[in-house]
Amino acid sequence: MITYLFGFLSFLAIMFALMVVLSKNPVHSVLYLVLTFFTIAGHYVLLNAQFLAAVHVIVYAGAIMVLFLFIIMLLNLNEETEPHKNVWLKASATVAAGLLLVVLVGSLRGAESIVASNTFNPNIGLIENLGKTLFGEFLLPFEVSSILLLVAMVGAVLLGKKSIK
Amino acid sequence: MSAIEVVPLNWYLLLSTILFTIGVLGVLFRRNAIIIFMSVELMLNAVNLLLVAFSSYLSDSKGQVFVFFIMAVAAAEVAVGLAILMVVYRNTKSSDINVLNKLKW
Repeated sequence: MITYLFGFLSFLAIMFALMVVLSKNPVHSVLYLVLTFFTIAGHYVLLNAQFLAAVHVIVYAGAIMVLFLFIIMLLNLNEETEPHKNVWLKASATVAAGLLLVVLVGSLRGAESIVASNTFNPNIGLIENLGKTLFGEFLLPFEVSSILLLVAMVGAVLLGKKSIK
Repeated sequence: MSAIEVVPLNWYLLLSTILFTIGVLGVLFRRNAIIIFMSVELMLNAVNLLLVAFSSYLSDSKGQVFVFFIMAVAAAEVAVGLAILMVVYRNTKSSDINVLNKLKW
């Protein structure tokens, strides 16, 4: 049952990701990317990371994708204005990506052997354990990431101003 | 009952690799800068999925905390990147990356 669910979600994720790359209309690409993010959130739930699944949907589907859609609407991009590479560049890009896939699969063979067998703790993704780790061991990176978000906000506002003297 | 008990870790490795490769394909395949941004997001998500998979299989919550930080960095990156894209569009009236060849030798 779970195996079938995994296969179904994986199939959907790969198909939607391919549609992001291959669809001609940028708005369709954004919508397919939202669907891809939902399937990845489903994978998080299957992996007992429920809180992370919720955060993923809120941050990616809720915030980042809305930003993308907003920019595409603002720039008024559609199928007619979409630039295209020529056929040879597309073919070579596909070949290069396929070769990268072969190399990555080959180099990741045997990586599953670092996992010890059958000591699974199903509570690891709950908010209590994550909070203890985040505010204990990772307190300094947590505070530094708030500075990062502040810098990003200042930069975005500065870039978005009408003219920079 | 969860996927950890029945699905081998190899399958997650394969799925993340395929998603990452599709992201790379998007960067190489398209000329629209926004689609390239979206492909970068796809690559980040493939890595996130693998981090969560390893974290669950190793029963170690540090991997999932790391995914939080990646999400924060991704949000900051998208905000700044789209602001830069707006400036580029304002100056060139296009989101085609081939227009941006002033630094090309």
